[in-house]
Amino acid sequence: MINYASREINCKIVYYGPGLGGKTTNLEHVYGKVKPETRGKLISLATETERTLFFDFLPVDLGTIRGFKTRFHLYTVPGQVYYNASRKLILKNVDGIVFVGDSQAERMEANLESMQNLYDNMAEYGYDLTQMPFVIQYNKRDLANAAPIEDLQAALNPGWEVEDASKHRVQPDPYHAGQNLVEQVSGGEWVERAPYFEAIAVNGDGVFDTLKAVSKLVLKALA
Amino acid sequence: MTASTANWSFTQDDFTGITESLNRFLGETKSICALLVDRSGQLVTTVGDATGLDTTAFATLTAADYSANDQLAKLVGESDFSSLFHQGEKESIYVADIARRLLLVIIFDSRTTVGLVRLRMKGEIEELTLLIDRVFSRGRNGAAPEEHLLRGADDEIDKLFNW
Repeated sequence: MINYASREINCKIVYYGPGLGGKTTNLEHVYGKVKPETRGKLISLATETERTLFFDFLPVDLGTIRGFKTRFHLYTVPGQVYYNASRKLILKNVDGIVFVGDSQAERMEANLESMQNLYDNMAEYGYDLTQMPFVIQYNKRDLANAAPIEDLQAALNPGWEVEDASKHRVQPDPYHAGQNLVEQVSGGEWVERAPYFEAIAVNGDGVFDTLKAVSKLVLKALA
Repeated sequence: MTASTANWSFTQDDFTGITESLNRFLGETKSICALLVDRSGQLVTTVGDATGLDTTAFATLTAADYSANDQLAKLVGESDFSSLFHQGEKESIYVADIARRLLLVIIFDSRTTVGLVRLRMKGEIEELTLLIDRVFSRGRNGAAPEEHLLRGADDEIDKLFNW
C-alpha cells in the first residue's frame, strides 16, 4: 500500500512453514539486530509454551525511496496443522512470502504438507504464488540430520512451468553461482524456481539474506 | 510479476476528505481518536489525539481481531459482525467495517457514551464508504499513480539493501 499523504510505502511479508521450523526465530533475530529507531515492537500472540497461536508481527523501516519511507510488516503464521484458519487470515493482502523449511530429514513430510497448504490457502484467495515475490529458506543447516540441499530443492522447489514464451531465457541465480532460477530442463520445458537460502536462524546465519531478497523482490515488483 | 495482492493508493485529496470527515465525527461524539486501518493491518491514517499509542501495533492487532471475529460470525451462521465493541474501565474501542476493505477504529472515554458513538457511526460509515469507493474504483481503472512511483528506481532499491 502506498500512502501519498504520509509518504509511506507499506508492504506485508509473511513467514510461512511447518511448526518449530524457525519462523519466529527469524523475526526475533531481525528484532535483535536492527536499530531500535528503525523497528517497532515485536508482538507475539503465542501460547504459554511460546508456540505461535495467531501470529508474530514486527514492523521494520528500510529507508527512503523517492522520498517515501518504506516500511515492511513482517508476520509469521502458526505452523501447527490445526491452526489453518488463523494461518489463512494472515495471508490476506500479502505482498511477499518466505517459506521457512526445516532441513531435518524427518521433517520432510511436514515441509511438504506446509508447502501444499500454502499453495492451497493462496489459491483460495485467488493469489498465484508463482507470480509473487517468494523465497525459500532452508533452516537448521547446522544439524547433523539435515537433508542435503539438493534433496530439499527437489522436494520443495522443483520449479513451476514457465508458460510465457517471452520468459524462456536462462536467468542465473544471483545467490548461487552456477545455478539458474529459470532454465530449460531435460524434458524440454522451461521451469522457474524460487530463490533459496540456507540458514541457521538461531545464530542469525541467512536471516538477513532471506529478508533482503524477499524485500527487494517486493519493491522491484512495484517498480 | 504482479506487484502485490492488493494494490491501491491514497492521494492528498482522498486523505483530506477522510481527515475532515473523521475530525467532524470526533468533534460530534467527543471521542479521543480515530484510526483508519486496512484489513491487512496497515494503518491508513490517524485523526485526533493518539499520543502514547503505538498506532502500528494497534492497527495490526485491530485487523487480526476483526478478522478472527469475522470467522467467528461465519461459524455461527452470520455473514459478518459489522462492528466490535471492547469496553475498558477508562477507555473503550469501537471497530466498524468500511466497504469490506478498511476498518474504522474509534477510541473514546467517559466524556462520551457508546450509544452516541454508535448512533453517529452509521452516518460516518456511509460518508467514508463513498470516499473509499472512489479510491478503489480508481485503482480498478488502472489509474493508480503508484504504478509509476517506483519505475526506474532499481538503483535506489538496491542502495536500500547495502546493510
